[in-house]
Amino acid sequence: MADTREGLEAFGDVLAVLAAALFALVGAVWFFGSSDPAMSFHGLLMLIGSVLAGIYVLNTAFREKAARAIGNYEPPEGYFDGPIKVATVAAVIWGIAGFLVGVVLALQLAYPALNFDLPWISFGRLRPLHTSAVIFAFGGNVLIGTSFYVVQRTSHARLAGRWSPWFVVWGYQLFIAIAGTGYLLGITQAKEYAEPEWYADLFLTIIWVTYLLVFLGTLWRRKEPHIYVANWFYLAFIVTIAMLHLVNNAALPVSFTSPSSVILWSGVQDAMTQWWYGHNAVGFFLTAGFLGIMYYFIPKRVERPVYSYRLSIVHFWTLIFLYIWAGPHHLHYTALPDWAQTLGMTFSIMLWMPSWGGMINGLMTLSGAWDKLRTDAVVRLLVVSVAFYGMSTFEGPLMSIKAVNSLSHYTDWTIGHVHSGALGWVAMVSFGAIYCLVPWLWNRKGLYSMRLVEWHFWISTLGILLYITAMWVSGITQGLMWRAYDSLGFLQYSFIETVEAMHPYYVIRAIGGILFLSGSLIMAYNVWRTIRGDEPVDIAEQPRVAAAPGLRVQPAE
Amino acid sequence: MTYDTVATFSQVVSLLMFVGLFAGVVVYALWPANGPRFEAAQRRALDLDDNQKAKRGRP
Repeated sequence: MADTREGLEAFGDVLAVLAAALFALVGAVWFFGSSDPAMSFHGLLMLIGSVLAGIYVLNTAFREKAARAIGNYEPPEGYFDGPIKVATVAAVIWGIAGFLVGVVLALQLAYPALNFDLPWISFGRLRPLHTSAVIFAFGGNVLIGTSFYVVQRTSHARLAGRWSPWFVVWGYQLFIAIAGTGYLLGITQAKEYAEPEWYADLFLTIIWVTYLLVFLGTLWRRKEPHIYVANWFYLAFIVTIAMLHLVNNAALPVSFTSPSSVILWSGVQDAMTQWWYGHNAVGFFLTAGFLGIMYYFIPKRVERPVYSYRLSIVHFWTLIFLYIWAGPHHLHYTALPDWAQTLGMTFSIMLWMPSWGGMINGLMTLSGAWDKLRTDAVVRLLVVSVAFYGMSTFEGPLMSIKAVNSLSHYTDWTIGHVHSGALGWVAMVSFGAIYCLVPWLWNRKGLYSMRLVEWHFWISTLGILLYITAMWVSGITQGLMWRAYDSLGFLQYSFIETVEAMHPYYVIRAIGGILFLSGSLIMAYNVWRTIRGDEPVDIAEQPRVAAAPGLRVQPAE
Repeated sequence: MTYDTVATFSQVVSLLMFVGLFAGVVVYALWPANGPRFEAAQRRALDLDDNQKAKRGRP
């Protein structure tokens, strides 16, 4: 038995080194072969990353072999948490980076001179950097980390694979570095939320398939017969993102050493494919995955089962079946056939039901424990996030109605809507999960400071409110000004007048963004002190579940 | 076979399929015997986070 295990581990090590060598080779070809300096730089990143990974694998393998030889080798047991720790810390760092770029962009819109006429920090290049950093780098790491945590705990099984989970986490960071620096250097395929070029896309495909296999492998090993509902949401997220990514990014590279490619779709089909992808990035990345977080972390933190497990099942299947059809609402009043627009609108309106069913299920999990909302700021982050989820999933279907969309589309209302979902729902639920995870993973008695969580909560909430209210007013003003006619039938305002009218709201938005960023810095400090092992300053104010599972005080019977 | 026939056919079939799937999900979720099973399963799932215990139980 031990021999089989040793053999399998050795086989895994060999495969990992071979994979690292292959990636290093590809990196070297791009580094030496590409005439595009940016792609060459990406080849170098890939080369360095792969060589470091290869050295690490070999070093570990030889160290374990030596330990085995003298008989003091302990095979790894229990849950596999190393990759989760990396993803958690990465999420905090990328979050700050993404929010910071968002603040810079908000300031550039209010004061355009702030782009300093430099191409690398012009709005067009920073904007995808911001969206990708917050959605894929911050959100993605939270999802990878929490999904690996939740699938192990709820399945009572160790994460599948010896090197694969590490590859998923570190490979994903390398993908982020390649994609992000690419935007700044001007590499993009100009598809919103899918800007990375073909080579970054292929690399992500390999990472994502590995992620899926690790997740499925862990479920396969599970000791619990029932697959807990959070895992269904995570699995839907992983599978659907794989499908969306492959179809939307189907492109033909100009050559193996050129960063450019030609997309296979054209015209209105391309637009439809893009927004089928785009809206499901919202539906499956930013919603289904984070609902997985909601269904584990809220019940766990308030120590109560999900309000209605039956409702969670209906919530899952209805959400999955409806979301995939909602994309056409991004293309109202375009060349897209009318029936497709109406179909997108109808499905978006139907989405109200599962979204609100899920929201009610999340909120009602607190029934009988509402006092925790007052006493535990982490619960408050989690619960307020669900309230924002309810609000933005009410606003979304409303905006998908064609008549409303004719006013809201192309205006700042859309930006406000996205941020009430992204800051209010996704980021808040992520903060809550991070505050839960850090003491649990690093085996601490609690967070360094609960008061700092209070500060984080209130500063972020205030920031979000400033942001979204400014964008509502700005968006509706913009929409009304664009459609205003004078008595002779001429447009009443020139475009630049509408831009001028936005200035005060852009300043308010920037202030909201600065508050939100400040909150995340407070979180980073708190997380760092907790990881360092500093004694919590207000342990008496923390609930028993703040502590790592093995350190929890048993409740009085 | 015209475009209209294909469109009507596919719309009717997919409508029936989705209604069928939805009915299946609702029946599964609300099946009386499943209620206690779900409750027991979720209570266990939420109670397995101790890594030290997991090590002893060799997950």
